[in-house]
Amino acid sequence: MREGGSAPLSRSAFRRSRGDGPFRYASTGAGILLLVIMAAIAVFLIARAIPALQANTASFLTELTWNANASEPKFGIGALAFGTVVSSFLALIIATPIAIGVALFISHYAPRRLASFLGYIIDLLAAVPSVVYGLWGIIFLVPFMRGPSQFLNDYFGWIPIFGGDQVVGKSMLVGSLVLAIMILPIIAAISREVFLQAPKLQEEAALALGATRWEMIRMSVLPFGRPGVISAAMLGLGRAMGETIAVALIFPATFTISFEILSANGNSIAANIANGFGEANDIGRGALIASGLVLFIITLLVNMAARWVISRRKEYARVAA
Amino acid sequence: MSAVTPEIQRISGMRRFKDKGVQALVYLAFAIAVVPLVSVLWLVISNGLARFDMEFLTHSMRNIGARDAGGGAYHAIIGTLEQVALASLISVPIGLLTAVYLVEYGTNGRLKRSISFFVDIMTGVPSVVAGLFILAFWILILGMPFSGWAGAMALSILMLPTVVRSAEEMLMLVPNDLREASYALGVSKWRTIVKVVLPTAFTGIVTGVMLAIARVAGETAPLLLTVFFTDSINEDPFNGPQMGLPLYVFDQAARPNDTAIDRAWAGALTLIVIIMLLNLAARLITYWRSPARKR
Amino acid sequence: MAKQIEVTDVDAYYGSHKAIEGINMTIDARAVTAFIGPSGCGKSTFLRTLNRMHEVIPGARVEGKIRMEEQDLYGSDVDPVSVRRTIGMVFQRPNPFPTMSIYDNVAAGLRLNHRYSKSQLDTIVEDSLKGANLWNEVKDRLNKPGSGLSGGQQQRLCIARAIAVQPQVLLMDEPCSALDPISTLAIEDLISKLKQEFTIVIVTHNMQQAARVSDKTAFFNLAAQGQPGKLIEMDETTKIFTSPTQKATEDYITGRFG
Ligand SMILES: Nc1ncnc2c1ncn2[C@@H]1O[C@H](COP(=O)(O)OP(=O)(O)OP(=O)(O)O)[C@@H](O)[C@H]1O
Ligand SMILES: [Mg+2]
Repeated sequence: MREGGSAPLSRSAFRRSRGDGPFRYASTGAGILLLVIMAAIAVFLIARAIPALQANTASFLTELTWNANASEPKFGIGALAFGTVVSSFLALIIATPIAIGVALFISHYAPRRLASFLGYIIDLLAAVPSVVYGLWGIIFLVPFMRGPSQFLNDYFGWIPIFGGDQVVGKSMLVGSLVLAIMILPIIAAISREVFLQAPKLQEEAALALGATRWEMIRMSVLPFGRPGVISAAMLGLGRAMGETIAVALIFPATFTISFEILSANGNSIAANIANGFGEANDIGRGALIASGLVLFIITLLVNMAARWVISRRKEYARVAA
Repeated sequence: MSAVTPEIQRISGMRRFKDKGVQALVYLAFAIAVVPLVSVLWLVISNGLARFDMEFLTHSMRNIGARDAGGGAYHAIIGTLEQVALASLISVPIGLLTAVYLVEYGTNGRLKRSISFFVDIMTGVPSVVAGLFILAFWILILGMPFSGWAGAMALSILMLPTVVRSAEEMLMLVPNDLREASYALGVSKWRTIVKVVLPTAFTGIVTGVMLAIARVAGETAPLLLTVFFTDSINEDPFNGPQMGLPLYVFDQAARPNDTAIDRAWAGALTLIVIIMLLNLAARLITYWRSPARKR
Repeated sequence: MAKQIEVTDVDAYYGSHKAIEGINMTIDARAVTAFIGPSGCGKSTFLRTLNRMHEVIPGARVEGKIRMEEQDLYGSDVDPVSVRRTIGMVFQRPNPFPTMSIYDNVAAGLRLNHRYSKSQLDTIVEDSLKGANLWNEVKDRLNKPGSGLSGGQQQRLCIARAIAVQPQVLLMDEPCSALDPISTLAIEDLISKLKQEFTIVIVTHNMQQAARVSDKTAFFNLAAQGQPGKLIEMDETTKIFTSPTQKATEDYITGRFG
């Protein structure tokens, strides 16, 4: 980081110029406002969540069902948190290897002229709004995946996650696939930047020892890039957890805890907010806000962990932004 | 040491195989990643064009029954444009000033570090949480109605960190010599920032802002919780529910008949066109100001 | 295990820019050949054509013939990977693998051709570190990261890493330019020792160094900025430094250059 113009100017010792004070205060104030907003998000979510939590007749953390609008509200985060975490991890497991491949392709395999153009194409993927992926998901991917899902169930049903009696179109698997497509560009973009920064010196050292391209990557690029890739994956995980609209359209919105990703299981905190908000009464809204608070905390932890991993390496300072 | 090797040894078949195998996997990964993009864009364009007509762009959904054909997204387009403009109006000044603080005024103290840290954290705030916050604060606690303005506030929370980061990066690119030259002329610090630093970084900042706008223009969840729905045209963002293009797509997509799905595709096409235009404009600005083109 | 290299009419390009032109020379086995010349004249470029590292740079290519004994290094059936395995290289800035221990750095090249037992590896690592005059300094901390060594030690580690794979030829591009005088002397001693076994080519800007360590010296120059670099003359080091045939060489050596 550069010490941006913060050196004291002896000039100003003579006469403080008019206008500098207000401008300095305005910019400092804007920075503080940003902190205030972050605090306010937590405070107001808590403030609205408390009455609903007090009216709850079940344990918020363990209850599976969500009947927040009933006269005796009974709701809990259990199934939703489970669905959020499982579907996001599933998306992460699908997306990360492909994203690393894409990043390596652009940084070390594609011809140089082509590489920046291809990088731009991948960036475009990130710009497509999630609601469009959601639309694409229900209209195209859900019917498209029926066959493969049935196939997995028929032949690999003995693996617990592919088990179950009834294969559905709008499944956790399809939802996670859409999530994977959505987080792939961000993981790929950060990994690509990190791989591009791998020191040429070490790459040449490996090549000069008679390493093939892959051996060179394994010896010098991957060890250098590992923290960056881990952090990119975690940022992607945070995105997947907070993603709302696409999964609201695709998840079956059941309140079960099951690893059978082809059956009618799958929901998430965010999807439940989008689906349940329309008919929520006052307590119901408070309950949704309480669930949002949980989501906020989970994503906060994931993101902070990602930043922590990346901040330990100075070389990455620019990439992380 | 070993015996004299008569000639250059060939590398083992296994190593060659691994090298080529990984290369094939890397190419495959890229191909897999591109397939969904092509599929999405193809379907959006081919299905969207069916209803991408004058009626769609100039009419609302008022008095259009669930099964009726026709109708349009005029109300949603107006809503999106107003909400995004208002969101920029909120987040650009705050974001810019914050960046100025971080680069020009913040010494390496605790405040600077915590602001910088929370800007990063804010980048990760899920959009639905930003919507819930405005819902809790503005609508439930202050008792204000659903409105475009409420949506704009939610969007501005999502825009802020992007604006801060891109502006910060651009300000840091301004060479220190320029600042010092200005100080040496006896120009005060704030005037140096306003007259020298910000203009130098201007195009870069504009690019960053446009990318930030493009990012939030497609957000649905925050609007759902703050703008609510309407089928009618409401040009006043401060009064009563509005519509937004992403919301429109979501709303139509959830309706189980073909005419609605057609409208959803057309809405998606409109949205993508808007976002791609913003992206393209941002890239063009970056391209024009790149040193390679300066003669 | 040292070999002679025969270079015929070599040109090297970066994209459309021709960096060196029409190089012809013979590099003797079991001897030290020094390349000298002003900055930008293409010494590094030429050195990197010798083990096909030049083509690693996007857009770079080589024309002409380079043979090691009877083998054409640029023959269509020759894998550049095995050329680099046979002709080792030491770079200007020490570049040990930062995430690997000292031991692993030395073993890195060997492990690529994984066919060594642990005890074989131990022996070769020890021999190589001894060969690089580094063994005594690091034998107690072989499992510590290589980046924890001093610059001079790191450079000797890189030499150990290069000789561990038993190359025929060792190319060194200004191996001492980032080092202090003591480390430089250590490396020069090492070079004199290594030439018993290897064919060594060294690029240097230090005339005394070239005079001290090399048997033959090649002087490169370029007519003007933007023109390709050329080999001006090459001869016994003593001859080049006492009675060069070309005026440019004499000017350069006596410091009356440019
Ligand atoms: N990666 C590259 N891309 C394009 N041109 C290059 C590259 N590396 C070197 N050149 C050009 O090739 C020419 C020869 O460079 P080279 O590095 O071989 O010179 P050198 O004799 O080793 O100089 P020095 O003594 O400074 O190391 C120079 O004109 C240089 O600008
Ligand atoms: Mg050089």
